[in-house]
Amino acid sequence: MMSFVLLAEQVLNGLQFGVMLFLMAAGLTLIFGVMGLINLAHGSLYMLGAFAAAAVAAATGSFLLALLAALAAAAVAGVVVEVAIIRRLYDRDHLDQVLATFALILIFSEGTRWAFGSFPLYLDIPSTLSGPVRLPGGIDYPLYRLVLIGAGLLIALGLDLMITRTRIGIRIRAGENDREMTAALGIDISRLYTLIFALGAALAGLAGALVGAIQSVQVGMGEPVLILAFVVIVIGGIGSIRGAFLGALLVGLTDTLGGVFLPEALKLVTDPASAKAVGASLASMAIYILMGAILIWRPTGLFGGRA
Amino acid sequence: MKLGRFLMTAAFAALAGAASAEVKVGMITTLSGGGAGLGIDVRDGFMLAIQQSGRSDIELVVEDDQQKPEIAVQLADKMVQSDKVDLMTGIIWSNLAMAVVPSVTAQEMFYLSPNAGPSALAGAGCSKFYFNVAWQNDALHEAAGAYANGAGYANAFILAPNYPAGKDALTGFKRTFTGKLAGEIYTELGQTDYAAEIAQIRASGADSVYFFLPGGMGISFLKQYADSGVGLPLVGPAFSFDQNILQAVGDAAVGVVNTSQWSKDLDNEANKAFVASFQEAYGRLPSLYASQGFDTANLMLSALAKAEPSDKAAFQAALEAADFASTRGKFAFGPNHHPVQDVYARKVVKEGDIYTNETIGTVLTDHGDSYAAECKM
Repeated sequence: MMSFVLLAEQVLNGLQFGVMLFLMAAGLTLIFGVMGLINLAHGSLYMLGAFAAAAVAAATGSFLLALLAALAAAAVAGVVVEVAIIRRLYDRDHLDQVLATFALILIFSEGTRWAFGSFPLYLDIPSTLSGPVRLPGGIDYPLYRLVLIGAGLLIALGLDLMITRTRIGIRIRAGENDREMTAALGIDISRLYTLIFALGAALAGLAGALVGAIQSVQVGMGEPVLILAFVVIVIGGIGSIRGAFLGALLVGLTDTLGGVFLPEALKLVTDPASAKAVGASLASMAIYILMGAILIWRPTGLFGGRA
Repeated sequence: MKLGRFLMTAAFAALAGAASAEVKVGMITTLSGGGAGLGIDVRDGFMLAIQQSGRSDIELVVEDDQQKPEIAVQLADKMVQSDKVDLMTGIIWSNLAMAVVPSVTAQEMFYLSPNAGPSALAGAGCSKFYFNVAWQNDALHEAAGAYANGAGYANAFILAPNYPAGKDALTGFKRTFTGKLAGEIYTELGQTDYAAEIAQIRASGADSVYFFLPGGMGISFLKQYADSGVGLPLVGPAFSFDQNILQAVGDAAVGVVNTSQWSKDLDNEANKAFVASFQEAYGRLPSLYASQGFDTANLMLSALAKAEPSDKAAFQAALEAADFASTRGKFAFGPNHHPVQDVYARKVVKEGDIYTNETIGTVLTDHGDSYAAECKM
């Protein structure tokens, strides 16, 4: 029988996974929503952030500097890529965008391998944030993961305020609705696009650095997250930050809790060995089933406006 | 990877001078993505042995399978049909080996496995043309089960990824482990977050944890496990503790016992020479994968000295003799062409700034595998 402590710990794990997915999905959904661009190379910016953080942490020993380096490196890479390549793709169809940004994945991956070698890098969490803390209810939970949840929620709140309350947010929403009219009103649309791309890239880089501290910093680490981030933005509705947030939490919780509870639930109806096998397979499908169900109910996603 | 292959061929052509290659070896291995470190070490170990042999008539065709079965199959077809290689080697992952090896050996092409040893190829699916130079997948896990018994663990939580080698791993551990199991989990292949599994371990009441998570998966698990404060003793096979991984895991791995058929401090001449020359050639310490690549090439060289691969029966007999100086000391093949060898327990230590392993004892002696009886060649 599942205890309360275990359930609570798994919910926290799902939340933590969800908010990190959100950092990835936020940039992706803005870029897709505002510019109509499918950016497969978003995962490469995540990887770039992790590598920049690992390199700076190794050189300086400071985790804070490492995070800043991740933000800066990913944002700069975002600007360079946008100005040099992505800008030429806005008017092309999605297939061309997929082709070009897939090429960027290969360039980033091999470039990183060339610069850092093929073996995983070392990046650890700062000693002040390591180890577990005791939460009410007797739950021992790693402090660092709690910090990740907190940081993710703060960034989500900040983004939401930016989109709804600031001038730049108004411009982003305007660009999303009608790009020609926005340009006609005298807003420098190409600078706006570069800015959004850099913002999305920086968030991806930050996510890479934060997650890299508890995972393996290696070439190709961004691609599995990228697929999930696409699921998130489709669930949430393309272009919507709130949708991305809700979608990310749904995916995070479904993935974590499904993996734990589906095998347990199936034990009630079948023998333990096949419950384990079928449960594990079902759990890996769970988020896609979730996506399918939501799309049947709301074809444009939870917060998707346009049909 | 075209360029890499071109350079590789060019390098060997340069070594060979004007002489045309007489033996063509096809190597399909993982050189990009998260599993690249393993393939690179196998390749480097293999190339080192060929260089040391001084033979200029061996051409090595290296291709990257990207750890994807469908790409490995395409590459194998290409190597057999258009490159016309004489024998093949290189595959790291068992799911790729299962996709490639049976069809290669069905065409009577010799395949020497430097790593993957799925049980399906050791038992009823064995072949005259298939030799495994590393281990049958279960071996290191059987040793780990035996070690856990000796260490007094009675209630183990075990986990491995959901793919052929993961299943072989837990089967192997359970074959020798006499205690109870507090839990048994198959994780996703390539999974990077183990928070959910670690929570289950914490709640399970286990007294020890056995895990098989090769490559980057092991790095993630070890870091997260150390940070979780669960603190139960860990046992694993060498795959999560190889020379390249340890540097990325850092202190989280120190003190963990792992089982291996090779260690850099094994006391034999071939191994000392190998460790020194590998370090000189590549500027890093070899991993067990590098030792396996090196042994595979030396086995091949020993057989090539006696027979041509085209003379199937003679070449097979020459391989079976295993007449080479293994970095593991003694080495022999069982009746199903899988190794019969000793398996050691190692402990992770920090030597100066480098994390590495030191051998603490022999767990299994002259250990074969339990599938040999089902093999009918």
